[in-house]
Amino acid sequence: MGELIIIAITAALLSNVVLSQFLGICSFLGVSTKTDVAVGMGGAVVFVITVASAVAYFLYLLLDALGITYLDTIVFILVIAALVQIVESFFKKYVPSLYKALGVYLPLITTNCAVLGVALTNVQNKYNFWQSVVCGFGTAFGYLIAIVILAGIRERNANNDVPTPFKGSPIVMITAALMAMAFFGFANLAI
Amino acid sequence: MFGIVLAMDVMNIVWATVVVGGVGLVLGLLLGVTGHIFAVEIDPKQAAIRGCLPGNNCGGCGFPGCDGLAAAIFEGTAPINACPVGGAAAAAAIAEVMGVDAGDVADVEGKKAFVKCKGSNDVATLNEKGRKVCTYGCIACGLCARACSFGAITVENGVAVVDREKCVGCGACAAKCPKKIIELVPESKTHVVACSNHQTAKEVKEVCKVGCLGCTLCSKKCPEGAITMEENLPVIDYEKCTNCGTCAESCRFKVIS
Repeated sequence: MGELIIIAITAALLSNVVLSQFLGICSFLGVSTKTDVAVGMGGAVVFVITVASAVAYFLYLLLDALGITYLDTIVFILVIAALVQIVESFFKKYVPSLYKALGVYLPLITTNCAVLGVALTNVQNKYNFWQSVVCGFGTAFGYLIAIVILAGIRERNANNDVPTPFKGSPIVMITAALMAMAFFGFANLAI
Repeated sequence: MFGIVLAMDVMNIVWATVVVGGVGLVLGLLLGVTGHIFAVEIDPKQAAIRGCLPGNNCGGCGFPGCDGLAAAIFEGTAPINACPVGGAAAAAAIAEVMGVDAGDVADVEGKKAFVKCKGSNDVATLNEKGRKVCTYGCIACGLCARACSFGAITVENGVAVVDREKCVGCGACAAKCPKKIIELVPESKTHVVACSNHQTAKEVKEVCKVGCLGCTLCSKKCPEGAITMEENLPVIDYEKCTNCGTCAESCRFKVIS
């Protein structure tokens, strides 16, 4: 149990998927203009990554048994694409406002490297089932934390008098960089 | 031994095919089922409106793609003639779907993009690197040509040229132009100012043979008072312009044509 908690905290804070592994930057910068939309995006990513980690674990067992583990990437992409499609149709039906707000970034979770990154990391670290799921959830939760914080900062920054050369994307990049530096403080977390 | 190696390879291929195909099949079935569970009913009317639109997804209407516009028209938040590409034909088709009369709304005129610069490499003064000295005109960067979904803009001899036959007036090029010299001009208006240089006559003379010197003759001659001078350049008010051609006649350098 203790080990699982360590995996989760490591994945979420110490090696935050966005801020120290630089995965999933696209949607991190793209959908972080409003906090509520960012929460929706984070929620979708949490669901997709957690389920994808679980499914990927069993699929990897199958691939391993047949000695064709080199197919892991392509099979994982299949699973992720299908999961994203399910999430998308779910949102379209039950949360149309969120579906509209997320726009193109929702189907883009398919190609979000964070999702595939977690699945492949799990395999590399030879995690067992629960470790995989917890690592997936922790990573996705780290993404959720990062994107919500960035959205919060951007909302406050919207009314600030940003110097003209830094308006738009540059100030967001700088904000993200400062956040990344702050997150590096977690590296000294004694666990 | 060779046979064994071959057999193994074949089995590998078979397993790979079976696994990837099998996973794909299972996921496909799953998607089919969830697609039914989460099916969203789209009003056939909205689908019909979508069918009337061109489907280029150019964004010229200001909505995210043709689907976005179809939804907006269906909800009544956009007028039925909001598509600048489909024009009157699309508006009429949509009017039929919506059951309203197209006559009173469909007469909004289409627009054509116009590059406000005629300074090709033959007439503009070039520096030693072969680039134009004029800092206002077309720099032949080609962003407009790339932005055009309809192949209506080409860069010829150092200046962008719009093919009026192909142009649908979506405005994608105008948005991309780094010099902001592409204007959307009402389709029927034939007289446009083909220069963007705000400098004085002497300075313009030095950089281009077909530049506007800001002589103000056109604005004085215009019988409708549709031309005003702004920063050494004539600006035509297309609301007032009657296509009479007085401005083009008065222009000594044929900047207005």
